[in-house]
Amino acid sequence: MIPELGHFTLALGVAFGFAQAFLPLWGAARGDARLMQAAPALALGQFLALGTSFFCLAWSSAVSDFSVLNVAENSNSLEPLIYKITGSWGNHEGSILFWCLILSLCGAAVAAFGGNLPSSLRARVIGVLGAAGVGFALFALLESDPFLRLWPPPVDGRDLNPLLQDPGLAMHPPILYTGYVGFAVPFAFAVAALLEGRIDAAWGRWVRPWTLAAWCFLTGGIALGSWWAYYELGWGGFWFWDPVENASLLPWLTGTALLHSALVVEKREALKVWTVLLAICTFSLSLSGTFLVRSGILNSVHAFANDPARGVFILVLLGLVVGGSLLLFGLRAPVLAASGIFAPVSREGALVLNNILLCSIAAVVLTGTTYPLFADLLLGEKLSVGAPFFNATVFPLAMPLFAAMAVGPMLSWKRADLGAALMKLWWAALVAAVAGVVMATRAALLPALAFAAAAWLILGALADLIERVRLFRIPLGASARRLMGLSRGSLGTTIAHAGLGVTIAGIAAMSLAHAAIVLLHPGETAKLGGYDWQLVNVHDADGPNYAARVATIRISRDGRLVTVLAPERRSFPVQQITTTEAKISTNGLRDLYAVLGEERDGGAVLRLHVNPLAPWIWFGALIMAVGGMVSLADRRLRVGAPARRAAVAAA
Amino acid sequence: MRGVLALVLWLLLAGPAFAISDPAEALPDPAQEARAVAIGQQLRCLVCQNESIEDSGADLARDLRRIVRQQVAAGRSNREVIAWLVARYGNFVRLRPPFETGTLLLWGSPVLALAAGGGAVLLARRNRPAPPPPLSAAERDRLRQLLDRT
Repeated sequence: MIPELGHFTLALGVAFGFAQAFLPLWGAARGDARLMQAAPALALGQFLALGTSFFCLAWSSAVSDFSVLNVAENSNSLEPLIYKITGSWGNHEGSILFWCLILSLCGAAVAAFGGNLPSSLRARVIGVLGAAGVGFALFALLESDPFLRLWPPPVDGRDLNPLLQDPGLAMHPPILYTGYVGFAVPFAFAVAALLEGRIDAAWGRWVRPWTLAAWCFLTGGIALGSWWAYYELGWGGFWFWDPVENASLLPWLTGTALLHSALVVEKREALKVWTVLLAICTFSLSLSGTFLVRSGILNSVHAFANDPARGVFILVLLGLVVGGSLLLFGLRAPVLAASGIFAPVSREGALVLNNILLCSIAAVVLTGTTYPLFADLLLGEKLSVGAPFFNATVFPLAMPLFAAMAVGPMLSWKRADLGAALMKLWWAALVAAVAGVVMATRAALLPALAFAAAAWLILGALADLIERVRLFRIPLGASARRLMGLSRGSLGTTIAHAGLGVTIAGIAAMSLAHAAIVLLHPGETAKLGGYDWQLVNVHDADGPNYAARVATIRISRDGRLVTVLAPERRSFPVQQITTTEAKISTNGLRDLYAVLGEERDGGAVLRLHVNPLAPWIWFGALIMAVGGMVSLADRRLRVGAPARRAAVAAA
Repeated sequence: MRGVLALVLWLLLAGPAFAISDPAEALPDPAQEARAVAIGQQLRCLVCQNESIEDSGADLARDLRRIVRQQVAAGRSNREVIAWLVARYGNFVRLRPPFETGTLLLWGSPVLALAAGGGAVLLARRNRPAPPPPLSAAERDRLRQLLDRT
């Protein structure tokens, strides 16, 4: 009964979606106020319908209703309840329904918080959101129905992939998807602006909070995914330039560019056409990233042939949304008049440089990710494009970006004095140079440069803050008052830029990591990175749906006990998969990381890592997301702006 | 201290990633092992998704790691080892694609992207709206009056 209710409400959601896609847009085109007024109710209706539908799927999974094919294939009665629930978005069908649910949530959010938008703009934004999503809801209903029944039902389910049975990954998809799909709102605003034929500073002010919120979620989602790779995959690596990872990085890069160019629209009414294009590109990349990666086409052209109906459906939908919006852009963009003049050396100029560099990085990552596909299709050549390519090409583009990032916020709008800005940063440059030279004595050139860039970013943000509160030039109390009075927007910028510096420092310091693979018998000790790692014993420990071997490792330094790690190797009988649970002890400045491998000859193979500054990689991403949220709390975005409560939604 | 040193392998690596599952796999000479790792990180595990043979736990990756280490121990240069593998598995085995006509667009993408960005900026600057004409004498007088009043 519950799965049928889910199936029915999914169909209802599709019906609401069609209504949401057509009626408000038609109303806005004809100037019919009643049709335009229907938009919020339709968006809310679609959200409630899809919400109920997804709830039914999660419910079926939670109560282990194995008569539902999707549940039987991706869940098991012995699984902990949390993974039964999170498993409902961890598989193909469930994730597409979840994607549609988040998109309908965006529509409902615009309906709820968009009260002070002009009614035609609000109707168009909601209509475009409906149009972008309805095809995918239809896809979920027709081609990837998660509620298909199975008869006779199996005694037990096939279990969720053990790698996904992890608290970090349980929370990863909702956050990442909210980030991905959140860029649908700036996209809808962009398309609505093209339909309306006008963009002004108010438009920039409306778009920015939505972009910021989506950006915060995407930053958090990517960081969580990379953190998961670090502790769950057990290689001590955190970023592999995998197509799936690149698919999430691409909208992050263009979304970051969008965040900055929308600022120029809001403050100076310049870069309008470009900002609209960026909004369209960012959502197109989110969309193609999600669905092309899910279809497996990036790994092999033949993955498509396994399920041609699904593949063609998705390709047509992508073509309609991406192609349609770009066509509209081509037709209507010339209508948007540019204004706002600025000198090359100015805040606007710095933001243009930011956009060029970020988009160049995105172009390189996109080319590298899709090149093997095109080389195979067009040249008949099988190629691999992996980490060495991306490291070699992204690095030279990222360095000037980092260099400009500390200077940009110090430049004034319209026309700025570069020399004066650099004078305020001389001590940051000095410390960064020293940090780079010190690092160069211990590591290769590239990590040393990255380390210098990290110091430059963190200190540059600090210098900007000192400058704004006029520290040491006016009494301390007055400085403190200035700090309290700083606009949240500029405070958010400072925090986020420093956060990137922290992340870069963590990545650069990974080049100083020590690692070793050792075969130890109980009682024996290995030395690594100045620590003594003693294997105490290896024993059995069983979990709810797995059997495990656990090694106890005592780590000491100069005879003093530092910590005890207990890495596990888990065997999941249902899927017949063995996973390693790495164990990590961190003090914020370094990670001690241990993985249990095979056991043989009465001993155990252990992989040990000492990773200096490793936690900074994700800590920095967290700081960036916090910076985004601080910026969201800016009064200027709330007063007179539709996204009054966007900050609450993001928190 | 019994048995401590005999079982310990010291590996000081440029990168953190590696998935050797057997300590006996690594070469006894740390310099040679470091070279083998550097080579291995450039090579794709052919049956995996975008993983280097140093990162992968697959059997094929283990065999390739062994081949690389044998050749390094035999004194071959990095270039020779990679060439040997490319001769057998094609360019698919290289994670860093070669620079040739077929990959011109790929390796040229950073330069092309920057050039496109720079070109767009130049174009936009040439087509930018004309700055508003300077104030006439009458307007300037009026502005001064307005400013003086405050």
